[in-house]
Parts: sequence; C-alpha cells; structure tokens
Amino acid sequence: MRQGQLFRVTSIGVTWFWLGVFALLPNIALLLVAFLDKGETDFFIPVFTLNNFEELFSPIFLTVLWDTVRLAVASTLVCLAAGYPFAYAVAKASPRRRPWLLLLVIIPFWTNSLIRTYALILIIGAQGMMNKALMALGLIASPIEVMYTDLAVFIGLTYTFLPFMVLPLYASIEKLDPRLVDAAKDLGASSLRAFWHVTLPLTLPGIVAGCMLVFLPALGCFYVPEVLGGATNMLLGTFIKNQFLVANNWPLGAAASSVMTLLLIALALVYRTVNRRISGRERRGDMFVSGVEGGA
Amino acid sequence: MEQAPVFELRGVTKYFGTTCALHSVNLVIGNGEFLTLLGPSGCGKTTILRMLSGFESPTKGEIFLQGECVNELPPEQRQVNTVFQNYALFPHMSVWDNVAFGLRMQRLPKNEVNQRVAEVLRRVHLEGMADRMPRQLSGGQQQRVAIARAIVNNPLVLLLDEPFSALDFKLRKQMQFEIKHLQRQLGITFVFVTHDQEEAFAMSDRVVVMNEGSIKQIGSPQEIYEEPENLFVARFVGDINVLEGQVTEVRDGGSLTADIEGVSFSLRTRREFSEGDKVKVLLRPEDLKVHLEHEQALEPPFFTGHIDETVYKGATVDIILTLDNGKTLQAAEFFNEDDEDINYRPGEKVTVSWVEGWEVVLEDEEE
Repeated sequence: MRQGQLFRVTSIGVTWFWLGVFALLPNIALLLVAFLDKGETDFFIPVFTLNNFEELFSPIFLTVLWDTVRLAVASTLVCLAAGYPFAYAVAKASPRRRPWLLLLVIIPFWTNSLIRTYALILIIGAQGMMNKALMALGLIASPIEVMYTDLAVFIGLTYTFLPFMVLPLYASIEKLDPRLVDAAKDLGASSLRAFWHVTLPLTLPGIVAGCMLVFLPALGCFYVPEVLGGATNMLLGTFIKNQFLVANNWPLGAAASSVMTLLLIALALVYRTVNRRISGRERRGDMFVSGVEGGA
Repeated sequence: MEQAPVFELRGVTKYFGTTCALHSVNLVIGNGEFLTLLGPSGCGKTTILRMLSGFESPTKGEIFLQGECVNELPPEQRQVNTVFQNYALFPHMSVWDNVAFGLRMQRLPKNEVNQRVAEVLRRVHLEGMADRMPRQLSGGQQQRVAIARAIVNNPLVLLLDEPFSALDFKLRKQMQFEIKHLQRQLGITFVFVTHDQEEAFAMSDRVVVMNEGSIKQIGSPQEIYEEPENLFVARFVGDINVLEGQVTEVRDGGSLTADIEGVSFSLRTRREFSEGDKVKVLLRPEDLKVHLEHEQALEPPFFTGHIDETVYKGATVDIILTLDNGKTLQAAEFFNEDDEDINYRPGEKVTVSWVEGWEVVLEDEEE
C-alpha cells in the first residue's frame, strides 16, 4: 500500500517536474518577455511595455494570423473528410486485414516529417510526378505551379497531419458497439439516418480529438510552409520563428507565441467541455487520452 | 394453430461461409402467441431471430411476414422490433429520446410522438425517468426502456434476444412475469430467445427446441417436458433418467413388454416398435417411486438398488441411487409432513418403480 503510494508520488512527481522545468517555466518566461521592450543589441531590455501586443493588431500580423487559421481549418476539414471514411473502413475491416491498414497510417509516424515534406516536392514540384503524369495523359499542356503557393502548404499540412486525424477516429469508431447501429435500423432508421443519429454523435469525441490533433499543430507548424510555401505568404509559425532568429525581436515573437498558446488552451478547453458532455461524469479522461489510447 | 400465421419460415437454410448455421427450418409463428426458441449456444436460435428482424437473409428458403416474402426486406422496413441482449440503448440519448427514436424515424407529428412515448413509459412504470440517461438507470430499468423503445412502434412481432441474461435471479423472475403480462395486454406476437428452459416454460405458449441448426421439437412446455420426441430434447430440458431396454413382446393398443436394465416391465407408447428393438426408456426424477426394500411396498416388477446420497432442496429431496446392475438414477420426492420415510441413509437398500404410462419410450438412436 505504502509502496504503491511511493511509486505514484514518484512517477507523477517526475512528470510534473519535467513538465514544470521544460514546458511551464519556458512558457512563463516567454509570457514575461512578451511584456518587455526590444533591444538593439540585447534580445530584450527589462522595461515594461504593451507595445508588442499593440503591434499584433497591425494589419500585417492580423493577415498572417488569418491566413494561418484559414489554412489550418481547411487542412483539418480535409483531413476529417478523408480520415473518417478511412478510419471507418479500418475499424470495420476483418481482424486479419486491420493491422495492415493501420500500418499504412503508422509508417509515416516512423519517418521524419521534414523528410516527408521534402519528398512532397518530388510529387508536386514543377518537374514532379504529378505534373509529369498529367502532361503524359495530355490533361495539361504546361506544368501547374503548385510549389510555393498556399495550395502547396495546404497539401503539405494535410499530408503531414492526416495520421493524427485517423488514429483517434479509428479508436472511437472501433469502440462503437455495432448493436447500437443495428438497434437504430431495427427502429426504422435508414443507414444514412442511423449514421447521423447514432454513429456520428457517438464518435464525436474521436472527431473532436482528431480535429484538435490536426488543427493545433497545423496552426504552429513552421517547417511545412517554410519548405513548400513562398516568402509572400507568411504563416504564424514562420512569423514567430523569424522574430526570434531573423529580426532579433524576442518580445514580439514572445507576444505572438503567447497569443497562440492562449488560443490553443481555449480550444483544448472546448474539447474538454464537448467530451465531458458526451461521456458524462464517469469518464474523467485526460485531455487527449480517451480519444487516442486505442489507436497507438 | 387457429390464427393466421404472422411469420412463416419455409425450408430456411443459412450458411456463414462454409458453416451451416440453420438447416432447412420450417416454422409457423401464429399471430398473438408467445413463442420461445430454446437451445444451447450455437444452435441457430439467434440466427433465426436475426432473419426475422432482417439483419440476415436466408441462403435458401423463404421467410413470409403476413403472407409476403421478406427475404430481402431490410430491418428498417419491417414492422418488427427487437429487444436486444444488453439492451443496446443509445447512451447519448435520454430515456425519452430513446423511446421516441422509432416514432421520429417514421416522421410522426410531434404531439403524437409525445403522447405515445408518455403512454408507453407509463405502461412500463418509468414515468419519472424520462430525462435520465441510460447509464443512470439500474439494469431492470434499462430493460424496461429497451422494451418501451420497441413496443412504442406497435410492431407486428416483438423479438427478445436473451433479454434477461444481465439481470440477477430475483429481478429476472419479476421481469419474466412483467413481460408475460405485457404480452397478454398488448396481444402482440412475442418471439423470445433463451437457453434457459425454466424461463422458456414459464413464459411461452409454444417452445421450439433447437440444436445444431435444426428444430428438434415444437410444442407446449408441457408436451416438451412430458413427451420429448428425442433424446436431445429429453436431456436438454430438465433432469431425466435414460434406461436401456429391449422389446420382448408387442401387444395391441400401444402396450409392450421390454427388458429394462435386466428387469421385465410392461410399457405404454404411441410409437411403433417390433420385437427385439433396442429402446431408451425415459423417466423424470419426480416420476420414480422409491421405497425401502424391507417395507415391501411395491408390487413387482421393480428395480432394486441402494441409496448413494440425498440432497435436501427445500420443497423436494433429490435422491441419487445405484441399481444392482450399477446404473445410477436420480429421483425426487416431495416433502410430506406426515411421511417421514424419505429420510434415507446412504447405503440403504431400496426398491424403485414408476406408474405405468408415465414413461417415454424412444428408439435407441445412439446405436
């Protein structure tokens, strides 16, 4: 009994310590820096100011924020539209075929995502496979310019984060008792209405978890727009990175980063509320755990 | 069956892959009857139920619902509803929404839905529970919601798939009574699936005993218990003693003499036998008469043996005894305050017999 408690205190303590030192402290430091002035030679000077947040209301930053949110929302929706049928098919596949289908989703996890992003250039680049194939088929006369556009970034984000959508969806669809769908049909629901009234609401936790797992990283992702996007359309991740590494304006970068963190926290709270309302009080599952556990 | 049949199965065969789940089943289900499909797991009873509800279609043969072939009619288009095992209540809907689901699928006007849901909730004594979620209900209450959700649609037939398996003994008895009562009130045909023969007998007008994908016997509970048509039914339904015998003489009028476990008895049967036939003689424990040997209470013929064990059961005493030829029998005697002589001690010598005519004689199918 006492030994079990010691183990619990230790294991939880270590995790708390780790998160405290490597996540909480840097974020607090970041938040503090956001209220300080920028320096000519130093990264920042310890003078209180709200200038950084004022600057965030400039049209430049608001455009960046709007473009980022728009792209992240679009990628999330496409991932959902593509991921749900796939996750459904995997969940309903025979036990023999299921691991192989799941492997299709998991293999990309094992590959460095930066490498996968570069690999995308081979496909969508001007001399890439896509253009060559389309030209060979005679569908287009000259290569379509996809690289360095919003479209390329959008394709990249969708491609990179699709597995994060599929796994929680798979977990929640697989958990769904098929007899509930039978019951709906038995009570006179067509397949479509049974899906709408039973399958969809009961897999909502998976949908919300998947959307969070795609939307949140898509919002802050900087390497995909860096590699596939052009200099003209900057996204939030790139903006923040530039403030720290290029413009040497730590306070502004910190302010933008803090705003993004607050946005993420707000969304996480939305997720928790939705999840609680669906699963009731018994399952007090952690933020993402309830949606993801079965998938990994 | 006097009434017009509501369901009829003609030569229904079902294969899952290469496995035969049902083998050429013929069954007529009368309007308004309480019919139970009884059998061990894997006997095909659930397959029949799923074909009646429309979730499976026969590989061969036809299913008629009110005279129309419904082989390919999907479940949502059949006026048949199911009470699922473990209820399958929609966990994200309140009791009210669960019960209203079927009516809403029919797109009935809102006030009719409200009226019918309220009425059916009253009928199953759940008036105050309409706003609860299924997980906030006890097992018995969930069971009632499942029943209400099905009967609110006024089905032609209500299918019940082992609906009591998750309930404890006392609640199960109570729900059996309530369901039987409900069926009489509604006058709807109930098709009930169970592997529990006591449950089947307590509730049914007719019982269909199944094994390995085919029907072994159809009849009233009494017919099934007292006149089993084969050894499977005899052994599946209640305890029974199976004695080995050989016919030595056949007389007119269904009477014959047979050598049973070494003793010559006169037997009655409706079945045809000829001299030399090997037979099985079936006797329920409560049909056997047991007396102490020294009392000399029985007229021959009788078996002689000794008591192995007595088991006190409250209303009855079970007696395990061994005949002189080594055969073990089970007898059951009812307690009688005035009669002390059923207190046997192990090893006591006894005589065993039965009232002529209570036996069931079957041909020896195990040869």
